[in-house]
Amino acid sequence: MTVLLAIGTSKGLFLATSDNRVDWQVNGPHFAMTSIYAVGIDRRRATPRLLAGVDSSHFGPSVATSDDLGKTWSEPDHAPVAFPADTDTSLVRVWQLAPGPASEPDVVYAGTQPSALFRSDDGGQTFTLVRALWDHPHRPDWGAGFGGQAIHTILPHPEDPARVLVAMSTGGVYRTSDGGETWSPGNQGIRAGFFPDPYPEFGQCVHKVARDAVDPTRLYAQNHGGVYRSDDEGATWSSIAEGLPSDFGFPVVAHPGRAATLWTFPLAADSDRFPPDHRCRVFRSTDAGASWDALSAGLPTAPFYPTVLRDAMCADDATPAGVYFGSRSGEVWSSRDEGESWVQVAAHLPDVLSVKAAQL
Amino acid sequence: MTAAVTILLPGVLRAEAAGQSRLTVDASGSLRAVLDALAASWPRLDRRLRDERGDLRRYVNIYVDGDDCRRSGGLDTPVPAGAEIQVLPSVAGG
Repeated sequence: MTVLLAIGTSKGLFLATSDNRVDWQVNGPHFAMTSIYAVGIDRRRATPRLLAGVDSSHFGPSVATSDDLGKTWSEPDHAPVAFPADTDTSLVRVWQLAPGPASEPDVVYAGTQPSALFRSDDGGQTFTLVRALWDHPHRPDWGAGFGGQAIHTILPHPEDPARVLVAMSTGGVYRTSDGGETWSPGNQGIRAGFFPDPYPEFGQCVHKVARDAVDPTRLYAQNHGGVYRSDDEGATWSSIAEGLPSDFGFPVVAHPGRAATLWTFPLAADSDRFPPDHRCRVFRSTDAGASWDALSAGLPTAPFYPTVLRDAMCADDATPAGVYFGSRSGEVWSSRDEGESWVQVAAHLPDVLSVKAAQL
Repeated sequence: MTAAVTILLPGVLRAEAAGQSRLTVDASGSLRAVLDALAASWPRLDRRLRDERGDLRRYVNIYVDGDDCRRSGGLDTPVPAGAEIQVLPSVAGG
């Protein structure tokens, strides 16, 4: 079994492979001197297609694809993701690349800054703006977090192609159940402590949402303060933060094949963005957030200060599941036993912005 | 009436022009017209220089016969026949 781990950093993409998820061979950087906020691994093809959101501070954003596992990359002549002329808007960057459901093998979604959803029907070569979300009457009131105003989470329903959930910081969760024709906010129960009304219809600063592998109506959200679960596909949310050392953080990752299992990497607080007690620990729940275990075997024992960003944590689809995370100090760790023990994949990389892993 | 204009590319952009450091396009009038002519032959190079609104990217500098276009009309900068246009990435980044 070979696992590919794609590591997007602030200065390029690194690719790591391993036959045992202990010893890793790392190559790169691909797209040196670009920020890779988004990586996708589309496993609906005989050879998985890699997608990278490539953001050059000088020469702008783009999306590149590889059909040979990263040996070569290609880009179309046209801009793969671009706002239509009538929007008078230009793309800042692509924050998320999400393959669609198995029944739509050529559909890929892109989430962008400024907040917009794009859909590709040709595997990620050409994306079209999803108009109904762009034209949503709430959009003028969506805010911008420190990282910018962006759709950073896209969760296509695994079986129903008409159902898609997106999330953005200081905007919240929005859902469609009619193929993108209409969108409704799904933030009831998520606290927005930075507003006078802490429970608005929208505007919550959702940092990441993950979908349960077995029950697609069950979702997990790491909020800007608050960790939540929804059992009705985002209509309502309830806290699952009890048992965690804090309710702040960026990533949340669901197990790819087993119900009710998820991982987070908490930070102490909005005003104290270090791991609680300065300890490098991953937290896992196997009961949908009712209880949590701290996992740290093999992780640094010295005081640990880096952040793990919203897309810098992921799981692979092997058995048992592998779990991965990268830090803003350029260190990447992997676990081949669902978080019980960890090994270092790489160190001294640029800031890690995104990771994605898949069994080849 | 159009005339040949020379465009000089930095090393980091030459892959978008089949490895060439110097391109010649037939255009006249403004820098915008020159870039439009460039885009017709080298669309991927153009989108490295301009966004989808047609604006020059913030950290791309273009000099028309040695003058920074941002100080001489931006993309409306006049480009005389035989002009030399130099594209340079600005000093930016960490």
